[in-house]
Amino acid sequence: MPFNSQTVLIVAAILFALGLVGVLTRKNIIFILISVEIMLNAAGLAFVAAGMRWGQPDGQIMFLFVLAMAAAEVSVGLALVLQAHHQYRSLDIDQMKALKDEVPG
Amino acid sequence: MNNLIALIPAFPFLGFLLLFLIGRQLPKPFIAWIGAGTVCAAAVLVLLLGIQFLQAPPADGAYTQTLWQWLSTGHFSCAFRFRIDALSLVFVFVITFVGALIHLYSVAFMKEDRDYARFFASMNLFVFAMLVLVMADNLLLLYLGWEGVGLCSYLLIGFWYETPANCRAANKAFYITRIGDTAMAIGLFLLFKELGTLTIPDILNASPTHFQQGASNTTLIALLLLAGGMGKSAQLPLQTWLPDAMAGPSPVSALIHAATMVTAGVYLIARMHVVFQLSPLAMAATAVVGGLTLLVAGFSAMVQTDIKRILAYSTISQIGYMFLALGVGAWSAAIFHFFTHAFFKALLFLAAGVVIESLHHEHNIFRMGGLKNRLPLVFKTFLAGAAALAALPFVSSGFYSKDQILWYTWSAGGGSPVLWMLGISGALITAFYTARLVIVVFYGEMKTPVSTYPAKLMTVPLVILAVLSVVAGFVEWPHNILHLSLFSELVQKVLPATILRTGIPSEIVFQGIAILLTLTGIYSGYYLYYRNTHVIGQWQQKPAFVAVRNFFFSGWGFDRLYNTVFVKPFVWMTDLNKTDFFDQINKGLASGSRQLNRWFSYSQNGSLRWYVAGVLVGVLFILTLQLFV
Amino acid sequence: MILVVMISILLVAGFFCWLLAQWNVSMVKWISLSAVAIDFLLTCFILWQHSVTPLLNSPAWLVEYRADWIPSFGISFHLAADGLSLLLLLLCFFLGLLAVACSWNEIHQRTGFYYFNLLWTLAGIAGVFVALDLFLFYFFWEVMLVPMYFLIAIWGDNNRRYAAYKFFIFTQAGGLLMLLAILALYFIHGAQTGTYSYDYFSLLSTTLSPTASRWIMMGFLLAFVIKLPAVPFHNWLPDAHSEAPTAGSLILAGLLLKTGAYGIIRFVVPLFPQAAAAIAGWAMLFGVIGIVYGALMAFAQTDIKRLIAYTSVSHMGFVLLGIFSFREIALQGVVMQMITHGISTGALFLLAGMLKERLHTRDIAQMGGLWTSMPAMGGMALVFVMASLGLPLLGNFIGEFLVLLGAFPANGPLAIIATLGFVFSALYSLRLMQRVFLGPLTIETPLRDLNARELATMIALVISIVLLGIYPQPVLDLVRPTVMQLVEGASVATR
Repeated sequence: MPFNSQTVLIVAAILFALGLVGVLTRKNIIFILISVEIMLNAAGLAFVAAGMRWGQPDGQIMFLFVLAMAAAEVSVGLALVLQAHHQYRSLDIDQMKALKDEVPG
Repeated sequence: MNNLIALIPAFPFLGFLLLFLIGRQLPKPFIAWIGAGTVCAAAVLVLLLGIQFLQAPPADGAYTQTLWQWLSTGHFSCAFRFRIDALSLVFVFVITFVGALIHLYSVAFMKEDRDYARFFASMNLFVFAMLVLVMADNLLLLYLGWEGVGLCSYLLIGFWYETPANCRAANKAFYITRIGDTAMAIGLFLLFKELGTLTIPDILNASPTHFQQGASNTTLIALLLLAGGMGKSAQLPLQTWLPDAMAGPSPVSALIHAATMVTAGVYLIARMHVVFQLSPLAMAATAVVGGLTLLVAGFSAMVQTDIKRILAYSTISQIGYMFLALGVGAWSAAIFHFFTHAFFKALLFLAAGVVIESLHHEHNIFRMGGLKNRLPLVFKTFLAGAAALAALPFVSSGFYSKDQILWYTWSAGGGSPVLWMLGISGALITAFYTARLVIVVFYGEMKTPVSTYPAKLMTVPLVILAVLSVVAGFVEWPHNILHLSLFSELVQKVLPATILRTGIPSEIVFQGIAILLTLTGIYSGYYLYYRNTHVIGQWQQKPAFVAVRNFFFSGWGFDRLYNTVFVKPFVWMTDLNKTDFFDQINKGLASGSRQLNRWFSYSQNGSLRWYVAGVLVGVLFILTLQLFV
Repeated sequence: MILVVMISILLVAGFFCWLLAQWNVSMVKWISLSAVAIDFLLTCFILWQHSVTPLLNSPAWLVEYRADWIPSFGISFHLAADGLSLLLLLLCFFLGLLAVACSWNEIHQRTGFYYFNLLWTLAGIAGVFVALDLFLFYFFWEVMLVPMYFLIAIWGDNNRRYAAYKFFIFTQAGGLLMLLAILALYFIHGAQTGTYSYDYFSLLSTTLSPTASRWIMMGFLLAFVIKLPAVPFHNWLPDAHSEAPTAGSLILAGLLLKTGAYGIIRFVVPLFPQAAAAIAGWAMLFGVIGIVYGALMAFAQTDIKRLIAYTSVSHMGFVLLGIFSFREIALQGVVMQMITHGISTGALFLLAGMLKERLHTRDIAQMGGLWTSMPAMGGMALVFVMASLGLPLLGNFIGEFLVLLGAFPANGPLAIIATLGFVFSALYSLRLMQRVFLGPLTIETPLRDLNARELATMIALVISIVLLGIYPQPVLDLVRPTVMQLVEGASVATR
């Protein structure tokens, strides 16, 4: 099968956009995390495609990095989600606005 | 004698220091001794000095004494240096002598007052400042005295400070004289800029060569000095403070607001006569101011009911005569009128003080009356003073001085028939209101019972002043009657002789008219207030008469005019800006920052998705820039 | 060296006060009093030393000390005093003594920290008057600012936070502009000569292009006119003065304002003579605006301390007018005005503090007729009210008169308007006197007249203001070399 990096990049871009839309529209933190995973994987896909295009191993090495980081992110993220659920009794991101600036009178 | 003249002001100053520092702890007799004693000592010293001055005049015409260098920087140099020449001597004599008498009078007059020490401290300070004023060798020192007397005037007008009206009168006096003082200060700056010195003899020597006759800078300087004199001497249009200044105790009115301080303007102009002579315009202005003032004040004096206000208006009017004389170039005549006026006006105020005291602090002359027999001594002395004020021919000092002025207003170099008309009508009015005053107060039926009689310490000064009011004029006779002019000979060592115009009718004609008008004035006063008192009552039915009377009574409405034109807008304006307009700019800056802060706060709303969107927009923005720019 | 000793005495004593306050409060007062007294005597000693040799022949700089501080940046610890500096040091320690004395019974909370701040402010002011290294000058400028902020913010009146912030922001904004200007001058000088130095004497020789000179001068000038203060930068002053504790107001009015005037005399005019001459007309105009505007504002106030604060604005206008007329007489007048204003306004603030202590209000509408119950205080107030309206025989008159006399040839119309300030000063001064001390007595509670401590401070002030009024010549002689240098520099620049 002839390799076409352009096609792969388009797929990666679509995946990234899907993930981004997910992050922006979803209310549930779990779904946001999943969307972030999709975006990460989209970026990984783009790396692999680029590596193939130039015939270099760097792309795949970077994918391994992304994979490791995604794993770490998920573990930390899920821990935070648990904590958040424990505190707020909800996973709705719109209810967590503790960092909002109090406008002075 | 040179080393002693500084002692003259030093005595009253010492009295002031003692009374100011420890006066409250001293018993009253002590205070009286210090207060009156120091001034009497100064008076004795002046008498000795005067005798020596007349017998063996100093070589350069003046005694001088330098105490210490006051200021010296750049080209400017001033010393605490006193200088007594013939002109100063006249003033120094009047200040210390009349001052001593008034102090003695006050010892008894103020006996009951709880602020005895404060009174004598202020009075002594006044005598000191006034002496510095007339003995100063440079204009800066003169200005020191000038402001010093203003301060004492303020303190003594407001002496009974618990009555708000007295404080207002004191403030008014200070404010209005300060306007004149400021003009005078500007005059001093100009003089220094032109001549590079403020020492009086140097100015007098340098002026004729430095300034051109009638040049605009000379005129400006002379007019500014004149404005200073107008403020202190209560001349039009700065005259409104003096009637209100009568809020002070009577001895204060006698000393400060009749005999000495208010004539400081006369002294200043006489002192700087060289500058004035170089500016015909300023001379004319002086004469016109004096002429108008004497009429305006005279009309007001005719209708006043408060005895002290009558005397106050008459003081303004008499000083108007002095200004008139100065303006026409009759220098010695002006000083002579000051000399006689000091005696008879001080006498009138002191006598009025006795009358007021005897009648339970009654000021209204129409609630007095019939005091001729109850207070005979006061009546006789008051009569002597009143005769001098009205210029009763030959038997009063006022006649000799005023007659001279009237003659010169036509005949002297700067004189003119119009000025003479002003002066002569003033003489008629003066005679009229003086007669009215004497008759209403001392004749007729008694309306208020006499409660207290004056102490001996109060009557003795009255008698001395009464004698002087009669005899002080004899040192200077009209030329066509007797060639005796001791006074002008003395003063003309310093001041130029009066230049007469030619082609003037004989002096005797003027004397005749003046005497006639004086007698007419006295008779009409006698007629209206003694013989036919119902005439006035009939007039009072007519609204036109009442309107004119009220107009004169209010001092020609000057107070109301100034109130609406200056005072109210000023207070309104300052009140409007009380919170300071510039602070609004700062407050605006502060609230602007706060508003910006509020706007930026909206972006920090805690919503994660909002932040992500922000990041997205930022990334897109940067990518767009990368791709298309 | 003696200058270093003076400043370190204050700094060290300040630390001791802070530390010892936990154990013994009254000792703290005595420590600070003696520290300031020692400095006062030291200054007198220097003056006495130099009065033995005729001043006019001695070099301008009477005392000097120089040591390296951060040599790699060209920063040195360079202190020096000429007649002007010594005079201002004398004023500084004199008013410092009074400030300690008037706080004696007024301060009850955190006494140690209070005296720490007081002494450090004084040290900063003293440093400003003698620093001849621009970096060091800036350093002292900040040292006097921060403790003063605490004095207002902690021991002030009801609205103290607002006043303290305002004071800090205004002064700091000016200070930062000055820092920028100092750095610009430093780098231009370094680029020209190859040696980077903050030293005053090296910087004096910098040649600047007219544009650079104008901008750098504006940086300095703005810092100083904010401190002075000139209209329209004066708004920090009424708030800070009225909210500060008595000693704070005394130091603010008596000393801090003088640092602005000192800065203009010491730095702005000598460093940038051409640029200063170019804006002289405007500066004089702002001076005159300050005179009139301050007086009008003072007339409208009902808060006694605000009223006095606005009179400062008016009086400091004379300083600006006098400096920028570049005449010897006017500059001598400026120095007199600085000294006498420090004394007279300081005294008025002391009186206001005493009134507040007794009546617990600053509102003059609630006072009146106080002469009856407190004649001694009334007498003292009269003296200083008269000084404030420029009565001859008292020091302020000499200052104002000389300024006007000198400014008159430089700019007649402006000098005439400034002279009208005499009328306005009479208006507000007498209004103050009348509302507070004259009229019927309105307060029923018995009031205590001055006690011995208060009487002693007031008498010291009265004596000094009268002496300055009748014999100001020593002061004039002392600052004459400084003034002459300034006039010569300015006249070379304008030629």
